[in-house]
Amino acid sequence: MKSGGMNKDPYNVIITGVGGQGNVLASRMLGNILSDRGYFVTIGETFGVSQRGGSVMSHLRISKSSAWSPQIPRGQADIIVALEPIEAIRVMASYGNDRAMVLSNTRPIYPVGVIAGEMEYPDLDGIRDALGRLTKRVVFIGATDEAMKLGNPILGNVIMLGAVAATGLLPFDRYDFKTVISRSMPADRLEINLTAYDRGGEMLLGPR
Amino acid sequence: MSYLFDTNDGARYLLMGNDAIVRGALEAGVGVASAYPGTPSSEIIENLSRAARERNIYVEWSVNEKVAVEVAFAGSLAGLRSICAMKQNGVNVASDFLLHVALSGTRGGMVLVHCDDPGALSSINEGESRHFARMLELPLLEPGDFQEAKDMTAWAFELSEELRSLVMLRSVTRLSHASGNVTIGKLPGTEKRAAFRYDGPLGDPDTGPVVTMPVPKNHLILQEKLKKAREAFEKSPFNTYTGPEKPELLIITSSACNLYSLEAVSLLNAGGRIGVLKLGTTWPLPPELIKKSLARADKILFVEEVLPFTEENVKILAAEMAADIGIKNFYGKNDGTIPMTGEINPDIVVEACAKILGIEYRPMAPEFEAAAQEMIKTLAPVRDLTFCPGCPHRASFWNIHNALAMDNREGFVCGDIGCYTLGFLPCGFNTMKTSHSMGSGIGIASGFGKLGQFGMDQPIVTVCGDSTFFHAAIPALVNAVHNKSDVIFILLDNSGTAMTGFQPHPGTPLDATGQELPDIDPAAVCRSLGATVEYADPFDIDGTQAALLRLLHEGGARVLIMKQMCALSPAKKGKKMFEVRVDEIACIGENCGCNRFCTRIFRCPGLVWDRERGVAVVDEVICAGCGVCASICPSGAIRKTEARA
Repeated sequence: MKSGGMNKDPYNVIITGVGGQGNVLASRMLGNILSDRGYFVTIGETFGVSQRGGSVMSHLRISKSSAWSPQIPRGQADIIVALEPIEAIRVMASYGNDRAMVLSNTRPIYPVGVIAGEMEYPDLDGIRDALGRLTKRVVFIGATDEAMKLGNPILGNVIMLGAVAATGLLPFDRYDFKTVISRSMPADRLEINLTAYDRGGEMLLGPR
Repeated sequence: MSYLFDTNDGARYLLMGNDAIVRGALEAGVGVASAYPGTPSSEIIENLSRAARERNIYVEWSVNEKVAVEVAFAGSLAGLRSICAMKQNGVNVASDFLLHVALSGTRGGMVLVHCDDPGALSSINEGESRHFARMLELPLLEPGDFQEAKDMTAWAFELSEELRSLVMLRSVTRLSHASGNVTIGKLPGTEKRAAFRYDGPLGDPDTGPVVTMPVPKNHLILQEKLKKAREAFEKSPFNTYTGPEKPELLIITSSACNLYSLEAVSLLNAGGRIGVLKLGTTWPLPPELIKKSLARADKILFVEEVLPFTEENVKILAAEMAADIGIKNFYGKNDGTIPMTGEINPDIVVEACAKILGIEYRPMAPEFEAAAQEMIKTLAPVRDLTFCPGCPHRASFWNIHNALAMDNREGFVCGDIGCYTLGFLPCGFNTMKTSHSMGSGIGIASGFGKLGQFGMDQPIVTVCGDSTFFHAAIPALVNAVHNKSDVIFILLDNSGTAMTGFQPHPGTPLDATGQELPDIDPAAVCRSLGATVEYADPFDIDGTQAALLRLLHEGGARVLIMKQMCALSPAKKGKKMFEVRVDEIACIGENCGCNRFCTRIFRCPGLVWDRERGVAVVDEVICAGCGVCASICPSGAIRKTEARA
């Protein structure tokens, strides 16, 4: 079994964002892809009331040998996928380390406290610099903006998955992604999701 | 192939804990399944309903947890295997009936799945439901991983039939809503016959009438059943030990905490020093197994959520066994080694073990941690909970808040459980002032409404959702009407049990499997009780506030049904009613004098303030197109137009 760039066991991935961004769906897709590849996968998720405008987080544990805790221990994340930039900050501060790979969407979703003028939303350069001081591996892509060009902002999560695949860190490719979404999505949604997945890869590596 | 129908014994799936429980029930040939929805338990009945036709199961969303248990119990009495699922506080609702079921006994295997929510991730309480097993004298199982969630569910039905007792199976959020790999087993045939035999002698468990009397005799029988359970648990393969023969520290754990404990041992690289006893059968405890395990080590650490249930039960046994096993050093919740409240995680267990054994553990390099803490202080503004964009509750509370403010008699709102609980927060304009169990808003309001004789003259308003109305609000409304309590009862009707995923309820015309059922009209129920009933659309700000102001000056029990579908409802299909935009010339920003009224006060996530240009802007990705904000701008700068179909 090829393990991609996974250099430890369990390998830990966090997908984070704000309720309604398709966080849970992305973690299920990724979990099923890796489970199909024969790995033990454990996913821990927050949903329910936390979904109502709150931060959401899925923890994925990927192992060749056994099930692991649905919560990743502090400082142990290997890849952080953020569908919203300040969620990358939040997760990095609790679960990050100086070898972690951070892949973040650029589009902010303002907390209501920011909207109400009680707090400030940091500028993107500030977020980028701060993350860059903690790890050298930080990449931002405009996933939601690109998804809107494809006609639906929700596709941002699949664009991010395409970008994750393009990092080569996880052992899966377009074929594995297609197999899983063919099982779980109506046939008429397949094409647009594959397009979004490809767009994610291109955004990370440039068009091929 | 779905895990629900796969007959391929040995196939492997990535399943949520709740799905693993579903598969276990299917492998046991369950015939009746019932529940009232509640996070984190809702997916159990939801997914069983998908298998209902093919697997020949009667699946029901019941009106509340007590009735759900009664429905499942009927299945058991007719010889079918039955399952009932609920969240932690649902057990409180069902507990009166459960007390009697324990005493009368069951026939077909009957399992109660109760899902606790440690840390109250999606609850307004942090209730511990395991104590009910002890209180009601019922056997209790706790799966320690995803595979066990399936296997133990299937076994629970056998155990129930062996004991003639309801069996409780407790899950937690991080098991129910987490996912892991599960290898499935065989599915049985789908033929099932139901018949209730009652013509045998009183006290015959197979053929007699099913009553709890004579109580002294039946109570003794119940105690015998627990004894039998204890014996079965001594040999249960679901109680496992991992570690050296004589560890320095023994962890006793169950449920998701098993996974945290194993992770902690791995992080500390202490497999040679720490042993983990994972208990799958936590009530009644098997004393011989506990004795053998306690004899392994002098230091014992309990790792469990929510209350120290196993900790206290083991300590009782340890006191009885002290002559044989000696004095132990116990660590856990009672001595503060493990926090008494909130969720447990691997780090908490690591910290506890490191402290007890004197091991140094740093989860992060100090420089990294310092930089990370600095970053979080300045760059990560907190995300307060809020209503979704387009949520009718935001509009409803806006109307209620404004009407009460205009009325100017310090009126307030009593509420209960649902998305609308957030009405106590700024997103609901801090309008809700009490929030407790299902249906309690109207009960509390009924009491407040009778305090006029003591000089209380504040208007009393209460809200509840359409599903809650049927669950527990009707008796309290009867009470308010009958006792002539002076209240306005607002039904926030968003056409489904929205918070938990749009399960149908008696006011909706469909059952759990999508078949048509007669829907019960809450307005007709209220009118039949003698209350006056009016309707309002909360998105119609002027009309709703006028109706409220008028009702505030009328007496007696008044019902106002605020009807507007949940923004996330599948029936809405994400379609916007309106295109909303800000006319940037009409929005005079900082010069308006409104001091950013729309964003500062109304706080919809879809409407943001552009600081650089000093105007309000609609975020087209977030906005759900309800159009309510167009009614609130004093300059009329927010414009709505009918969305194109």
